[in-house]
Amino acid sequence: MNISEIIEYLKNYDGRELKLMEVCGTHTAAIFKNGIRDLISPRIKLISGPGCPVCVTPTAYIDKCVEYAHKPGHELLTFGDMMKVPGTGGSLSENKAGGAAITVMYSPFEAIEKAKAEPDRIFVIAAVGFETTAPAYGLVIEEAARQGIENIRLVTALKTAIPAIKWICENQEDIDGFICPGHVSVITGSHVYDSLAAQFGKPFVVAGFEAEHILATIYRIVRQIEAGEAGTENMYRNAVKDDGNPNALAVLDKVFEAGPAMWRGLGVIENSGLYLREEYSVYDGGSRELYEDMELPKECCCGAVIVGKINPDQCPMFGEKCNPMNPFGPCMVSSEGSCGIWYRNKF
Amino acid sequence: MKITMAHGSGGKSSAQLMSDIFGRHFTNSVLDKMEDAAVLEIPAGNEGQAGRIACSTDSFVVTPLEFKGGDIGKLCVCGTVNDLLMMGAVPKYLTCGFILEEGLDTELLDRVVESMAAQAKDAGVIIVAGDTKVVEGNGGMYINTTGIGIIPEDRDVSSSNCRPGDVIICSGNLGDHHACILSHRMEIENNIKSDCAALNDIVDGLFAKAIDVRTMRDVTRGGLGTVLNEIAESSKCRIELDEDSIPVNPEVRGFADILGLDPLYMGNEGKMIAVVPEEQAEEALEAVRATVHGADAAVIGKVTEGTGTYIRTRLGATRRFDVLYGEGLPRIC
Repeated sequence: MNISEIIEYLKNYDGRELKLMEVCGTHTAAIFKNGIRDLISPRIKLISGPGCPVCVTPTAYIDKCVEYAHKPGHELLTFGDMMKVPGTGGSLSENKAGGAAITVMYSPFEAIEKAKAEPDRIFVIAAVGFETTAPAYGLVIEEAARQGIENIRLVTALKTAIPAIKWICENQEDIDGFICPGHVSVITGSHVYDSLAAQFGKPFVVAGFEAEHILATIYRIVRQIEAGEAGTENMYRNAVKDDGNPNALAVLDKVFEAGPAMWRGLGVIENSGLYLREEYSVYDGGSRELYEDMELPKECCCGAVIVGKINPDQCPMFGEKCNPMNPFGPCMVSSEGSCGIWYRNKF
Repeated sequence: MKITMAHGSGGKSSAQLMSDIFGRHFTNSVLDKMEDAAVLEIPAGNEGQAGRIACSTDSFVVTPLEFKGGDIGKLCVCGTVNDLLMMGAVPKYLTCGFILEEGLDTELLDRVVESMAAQAKDAGVIIVAGDTKVVEGNGGMYINTTGIGIIPEDRDVSSSNCRPGDVIICSGNLGDHHACILSHRMEIENNIKSDCAALNDIVDGLFAKAIDVRTMRDVTRGGLGTVLNEIAESSKCRIELDEDSIPVNPEVRGFADILGLDPLYMGNEGKMIAVVPEEQAEEALEAVRATVHGADAAVIGKVTEGTGTYIRTRLGATRRFDVLYGEGLPRIC
C-alpha cells in the first residue's frame, strides 16, 4: 500500500470511534506540523500522552534546581527546555535573570570540562529525560568516576516511559491503541511492548517521525483493531531493533537503578524513575523523593491533558490565562508539550 | 518582571517588550510603523530637493565571534545594510559602536575590523563614525551599527503593501546561520556555513527589472514564520505557504530534525523574502535567481483575501503557523 492509499483509507474510515494515544511529545509535534489530523477521519481521535519529560517534571524538582543555582560555589547546567517551567519561586529563566548561576548546556559532557577547569566549584546537572537521554548522563557519571572528578552532581528526574504506558493502560481504559515512542524504542527495543499488548489486548505500533511513518502506524493500529488483533509492530525498522541498543541499556543498568518517580498529572509510579546506584551516590544531588507539586490554580487541567482525558483547548485556562508567554503548567512551556503545541498551531 | 533570554529571540517576547516599554515611551509616527528601517522625510531647502532616507540600527552579540561563513564584523555590516535594503533604500553610510570586554585579543579584533571594512566596501557603504568602550568581562565583543540609506523617488516598499494575489519569493535556503552557530556552540562537526551576506545584488536585481516590489523583509531572528505573521498583520491579508517549496539545505534539515528545530523559525543572516505582483512573479524569480545570493530562490506561497497564516503540508493537509514563542532552543529528548 502506498501513502496515498493509506491516507485514502484513513480519511474514509467510518468504523467505531477510536482513541489512539501518541505517547511521545515529538510525535505530537510531528502530527501537528504535518497536519495529520486533517488527513484522517474525525472518527480516529489522536490523544497526546505523557511523553514529554519536561511536562511531567514536578515542581519540587524545579525548586531543588533553583536552590542549587543560588547556592554559593554551585552552577546549574540544564537543557534549554527546562528554563521556563514554573517553580514555586519562579522558573530557572526568571532565577537566572535574578542572578542565579544557571547555564544552558548543549551536552551533559560540558560538565566534565567545566568541573576540570574550576575544581573549586560544584556543577549540578539537571538530568531530565526518558530512556533516550538517560544513557548520556550515565556516560558522564562513568567518565567523572573514571577521571576521579568529584565536583559534579546529578539531580535526576530521569524516567522510563514503559511503566508510564502501563499505568495508562491500567487507568485509562478507553485508549484503543498506542503509537509507541520512536526515540525511546531505539534504546528499549520493540519487544518491551509485547507483554503490554498481550496483557491489555491493545495494539502497540512503533512509529518514526516522518508524516509517512506516523500515517502508516495509525493505519496498522486501525487494521489490527478491525481484525481483532493486539500485537506489537515496528514501523520504524531503520532505527528500532527488536532488542534495542544493548550498549545504551548496559550503561543504564550499570549506573542507574529503578525507583518510584513522581509524574506531574499522574502521581507516583513505581519503578519509573532512574536513580544513581549506591556506588555512584557521591554524584547524587538529592534526586529521590522530589514528589511535591505546586498547588496549581483550580481550573488548571494539566493532569487531565497529560493522560489524554481532555484536549488542551478544553481547559478553561487555555489561551487567555495560560499561554506560552505566561504558562502555568509545563505542558504549555515545552516545545513538545501538548498545550504549547495546540496553542502554537491555533487549534 | 525580569528580562530573560526569550526577550531577545525576535519572537513574541521581543515584540511584547517593544510594545510594552519602548513603543509606549517613544511612540511617534515614524517608529510606530515598526519596519526594518525608519523612513525619514528630508524637506527641500537650500536648492536641495526633498527626499527620503532610511535609517536603521542594530546590535550584534553573536558567540562565537568567528564562525564558518563569517564573523561578527561581517555580520554587523550585513545586518544593518540589509535592514536598509528592505525599505528599498540604497545603503550609503554606517556608524559603529564597539563594546569590548577586557581580555579581548587585539589580533582577533583586527581580523573582525578588517572583515567589516571588506564587507562595507562590498556593500557600497562607508563607515563614517565610531565609538569604543571597554568593560570588564571575558574577552568578548559587541558591536552596534547604524546605517543610513537613500530611497530612490519611485520606490514604495512596506510591510503593509501586500495585496491578495501577490506572490512570495524566498531568496534561498533557510536556517543555515542558526544551524551553523548552534553547531559551533555544540561542537558538532559538519559542513554547514552561515549565510551571512549583504543582499544588495538581489534588491538591485529586482529594481533593475522594474519589479513593483510590495514588501521586502530580511528573514533574521524569529525566522520566516514570524516575519510572515508580521506581514499578514500589517497588510491585513492572509498568507498561504506551500511547505514543499520552502528551500532548506538537506544537511540543515537533518540537523534541525535531530534537535527538534523547525527551519520555519530558524534565524538567517543573508536571506530575504520579496512579495511581488503575480504577473511579475516569474520575472522577479528569474531576477533573484540570477544573483549570487539568490541562486536557490523559490516561490513559496501567495497572499490571499482574509487573515492569518497557513501552510499546506507535503501530504496535502493545511495548518496554521504562528510567530516564534520563546527562544527556539533545542529540545532535550
